[in-house]
Amino acid sequence: MDRPLAFDPPLPRQNRRLRTAVGCGILLAIVAAIFVAGLFIGNAAVAADFAQKGLPPSWQHPFGTDWLGRDMLLRTVKGLSVSITVGAVAALASAVIAIVMAALAAAGPRWLGGAVNWLIDLAMGVPHLVLLILIAFACGRGMGGLLLGIAVTHWMNLARLLRAEMLQLRGQPYVMVSRRLGHSPAWVVRRHFLPHLLPQCLVGLVLLFPHAILHESALSFLGYGLPPEQPAIGIILSESLRYLTGGMWWLAVFPGLALVALVILFDTLGNGLKKLLAPASAQE
Amino acid sequence: MDINAAPLLEVDGLWVRFGRTRGRFAQGQLEAIRDLSLTVRAGEIVAVVGASGAGKSLLAQAVMGLLPTGATMGGALRYKGQPLTPKRQRQLRGREMALVPQAITWLDPLMRVGPQVRGGDNRPQQAERQRAVFARLGLAPQTERLYPFQLSGGMARRVLLSTAVIGTAQLLIADEPTPGMAPGQAAEALGILRQLAHDGRGVLLITHDLELAVRFAGSIVVFYAGTTVEEALAADFAAGPAALRHPYSQALWRALPQNGFEATAGSQPHAGTPLPGCLYAPRCPLMTAACTQQNPPLRALRGGMVRCIHAT
Amino acid sequence: MELTGAPTKAGTAKRVAWAVAKTLLRAVSLVLAATLVAFVLVSLSPVDPVQQYVLGADAVSAEQREAIADYWGLDDPPVQRYLNWLGALLRGDMGTSLLYRQPVAAVIAQRFMNTLALMLTAWVFSGLIGFALGCLMGMWQGSWADGILRRLCLALSSVPTFWLGMVFLLVFAVGLGWFPVGFSGPIGMADGDVTLWQRLHHLALPALTLCFVSFAGVALHTRQKLVDVLQTDYVLFARARGAGRWHILKRHGLRNIALPAVTLQFAAFAELFGGSILAENVFSYPGLGSAVAAAGLNSDVPLLLGITLVSTLFVFTGNLVANILTRVVDPRTRVNGA
Repeated sequence: MDRPLAFDPPLPRQNRRLRTAVGCGILLAIVAAIFVAGLFIGNAAVAADFAQKGLPPSWQHPFGTDWLGRDMLLRTVKGLSVSITVGAVAALASAVIAIVMAALAAAGPRWLGGAVNWLIDLAMGVPHLVLLILIAFACGRGMGGLLLGIAVTHWMNLARLLRAEMLQLRGQPYVMVSRRLGHSPAWVVRRHFLPHLLPQCLVGLVLLFPHAILHESALSFLGYGLPPEQPAIGIILSESLRYLTGGMWWLAVFPGLALVALVILFDTLGNGLKKLLAPASAQE
Repeated sequence: MDINAAPLLEVDGLWVRFGRTRGRFAQGQLEAIRDLSLTVRAGEIVAVVGASGAGKSLLAQAVMGLLPTGATMGGALRYKGQPLTPKRQRQLRGREMALVPQAITWLDPLMRVGPQVRGGDNRPQQAERQRAVFARLGLAPQTERLYPFQLSGGMARRVLLSTAVIGTAQLLIADEPTPGMAPGQAAEALGILRQLAHDGRGVLLITHDLELAVRFAGSIVVFYAGTTVEEALAADFAAGPAALRHPYSQALWRALPQNGFEATAGSQPHAGTPLPGCLYAPRCPLMTAACTQQNPPLRALRGGMVRCIHAT
Repeated sequence: MELTGAPTKAGTAKRVAWAVAKTLLRAVSLVLAATLVAFVLVSLSPVDPVQQYVLGADAVSAEQREAIADYWGLDDPPVQRYLNWLGALLRGDMGTSLLYRQPVAAVIAQRFMNTLALMLTAWVFSGLIGFALGCLMGMWQGSWADGILRRLCLALSSVPTFWLGMVFLLVFAVGLGWFPVGFSGPIGMADGDVTLWQRLHHLALPALTLCFVSFAGVALHTRQKLVDVLQTDYVLFARARGAGRWHILKRHGLRNIALPAVTLQFAAFAELFGGSILAENVFSYPGLGSAVAAAGLNSDVPLLLGITLVSTLFVFTGNLVANILTRVVDPRTRVNGA
């Protein structure tokens, strides 16, 4: 059958690409701004001030203050900054694991592919959060266990995706022709594999952020993550749980909304990058 | 063929466009079918022949009222003399007009063949009818219990055609019913269609295969870059280039293997680029300055129709 | 007339049995590996189970200490200890919970029912609501309502479970006072005295939370599957034969998307359990989820290991059912064994 929709008028598509690129730039700038702002908010800025404790949201304190009189907006921004840091480190580590696993499975002998598959099934078989708790427990809690846990439990989906991509590339006629022509494996990898896989890896990395951030906050909420003096969103929310029955709703609502916004931001950024870098795999 | 039979389907100046109809990018519209006219009478097979990418499939979808979203259409469509409005298309679909499925993918993979051929009709008469049709097409009775993936190629072709045979539809539209078939198989499928036409139905056959069209159809509509360029009897094609009217039809004839396999230079204009003059002019041996002025209208010539100022 | 792939009944049964056996074997190997990983991880922990037990207890007799040390085989090499533990597990002995001062098996048995009630409610409702919503979205794909619902679902899947629970807690329990703030029954009431109604009352909010975090994903998945189905040739053909929207959904849509949806729902046990850990902690609901979090925080190693094992088995059961469903229900694999 004819596919008439395939020849789209070229002008709007260019515009759409430009708009996506500008959108991604803005989102990236927001992330950078939050991160930098978090660095500059010193401990003095969120020091206890009992004269101001328990204030509902106002122009002076848009997110209100907590039971120690700390400004919730500042604490939230600092918490988001921590989330970005944890997300970045853990997602990067996860992506590296995913790439190595995918390469082993795709390039190695058959049994290695089976072993990687088995490992993926194993990692996905233990409930995610239980595995995170176990790893945090093994590491004696704190930042190290948190990072390690998130890093080793988020690689599976990306690894599957990349492996499928590599296997598909390997079977492409132009890759086979290239091999027959006598190009070295390194040349084939550089010229044919990397241009396809690098964008996928980058997109996969950014799309790992939301999961990493959500699990970081969940683990912190349960008390396994960052130490209580760190203003991570999970800790802020876990602390606020005790004050909810007292009616201090702003302690939970605003930091949570900020976290949701950050997650959606990374999701949007990842999907935007996908449209820009790997349009063939983007759904829309 | 009975020229005097009342026309079943009349298509007059049909156009189909894609793209945004609102907003700033309205100029980005694309005309897939510009000006297509044809008539199908009961008892005949009319073949629409054209190269792929000429927008032929959209003709079937436009007549059935199944154009993809984003497409708009215009011109006149009439069924048994009455205009085909979207409402009437909905009423007639499956009852008066039927599409002949192209391939096994047109059957639900998770449903047994029998119920699929019967359609949504669960009455015992319909099951009887389906068994009778299967018997007529030489399908074993137990075939109805099979899933589509269990059918062999020959069985699948007959099952697909049985969906057209079982219905009461007067007008059958077959869009490339023979993709990837060996010549013998294609002839078998078209033979069944010809039987259906003998029974008094009208068949609109949309194909790129001129040779098959000449063998099975009564008349042939040659389709080029979204327009009808010639309407001729199949006999004219059998007779050779002298009997044909349009230079493109003649080129198609010469491109047949038995006639020298001669290819014409150039390619069909892209559907997005409208030209002011005759659409075939860039490739035409008869082209003159007059050809680039405007796209000539369709005119009657020697018992057929042609869209060319030079044809005699 | 040729009949391709006409299968004999016995041959099919044999093939299915072999496939099921292979799946089972793989599952067993994975569960064993999971216990090993869990054991290694808790062994790496700086916490000494005997010390921990003694620290938390008021008075521990020498015999009790001995019993614990014996159970863990602290003087044995690690491999021996793992095998000891595995052997004890097979005999049904999961050790004694340090936190609850009861056999782990008893703690788990009691709490598993609570968690199961929670998860089952959420599982059924999220599945049904998500599937129905996904079907509606898919049928009106591209409409403004679809656009809004799709964005809502995407946003909902970015919401942390525990925060959603807190918002529900604020609105329905603190603000409106419709539901209690926590626990599976009124505080201070003996377990036997709690009525079914009271149980349901306490179950509602955590179940609602859990349902909300999962139905968005189900809806989006169902929508995508239905959109794919609606773009197939067989649906175009059905429309050409005069079938209407609902008829197509009933005849072709449900047939082709129901199985993947059910399979996915079974394969989602891991997320379900993770969600219940968070929901239970927000609402102080006495299930496995609040127990596992407490076990880790209080270094209750036997309970931590026990719940890990139970939840892993739970997840594997779901995956196994999903696998078998695909094989047995789909005619393409059922008839051909392919």
